[in-house]
Amino acid sequence: MSTLHTVNKSPFEKTSLEACLGHVSAGAAILLIEDGVYAALTQTSIEAQLKGALDSVKVYALGPDLQARGLSEERLIPGISVVDYAGFVDLAAEHDKLQAWL
Amino acid sequence: MSETIKNFLYLNRKAPYGTIYAWESLEVVLIGAAFDQDVSLAFVDDGVFQLTKGQDTAAVGMKNFSPTYAALGDYEVKKIFVEKESLEERGLSLDDLQHLTWEDEDDDWAEKDSIHLVTRAEMAAIMDGADVVFSF
Repeated sequence: MSTLHTVNKSPFEKTSLEACLGHVSAGAAILLIEDGVYAALTQTSIEAQLKGALDSVKVYALGPDLQARGLSEERLIPGISVVDYAGFVDLAAEHDKLQAWL
Repeated sequence: MSETIKNFLYLNRKAPYGTIYAWESLEVVLIGAAFDQDVSLAFVDDGVFQLTKGQDTAAVGMKNFSPTYAALGDYEVKKIFVEKESLEERGLSLDDLQHLTWEDEDDDWAEKDSIHLVTRAEMAAIMDGADVVFSF
């Protein structure tokens, strides 16, 4: 069983990402969407937290949400993959289920 | 005019697009600008994300309201305070934000910076000094 987790809240305002990271199993995937994409930035106060997860889970960020917020891909933590809406659908289809962290 | 001028502070603490707060704040600021009050804007916590340059909302199908910040100077909104600690916690610097200016009619319309980088302690003093605080 492999799960796709989505996080749509800013990690600087809500504990959604922290809660997600505390509950993901190895082999799962996390997709950062909406304000969740701020977690993908380098040199932030939560960077270490997210980097720690990259060893055991795959982390993705939704491109359109990055673009809307003026965040270019070169500012992202290495190892995070950017996907578009079609990629979101592919990820949802590849995993057994989707769990949203609101 | 014997009308009392009050110091209004608009406090912005939310990122744009994820919620409606940022856009609502901007609308209220523009409406309030018509009333000749002493207006200041504060960007704290995730509010600093509102001012990032290069926002492109085409793919998410939402209105990109970020160009509106550049018009604030024309509405006599020229005191924009951005908290240094909030930027640093988010891996940002002033270079990542839009360059906002206003034209000083008392100085041959010289273009001057609207954004002032302040520390958290300075921001606290700005909040204390306001007559009215509108929170978003």
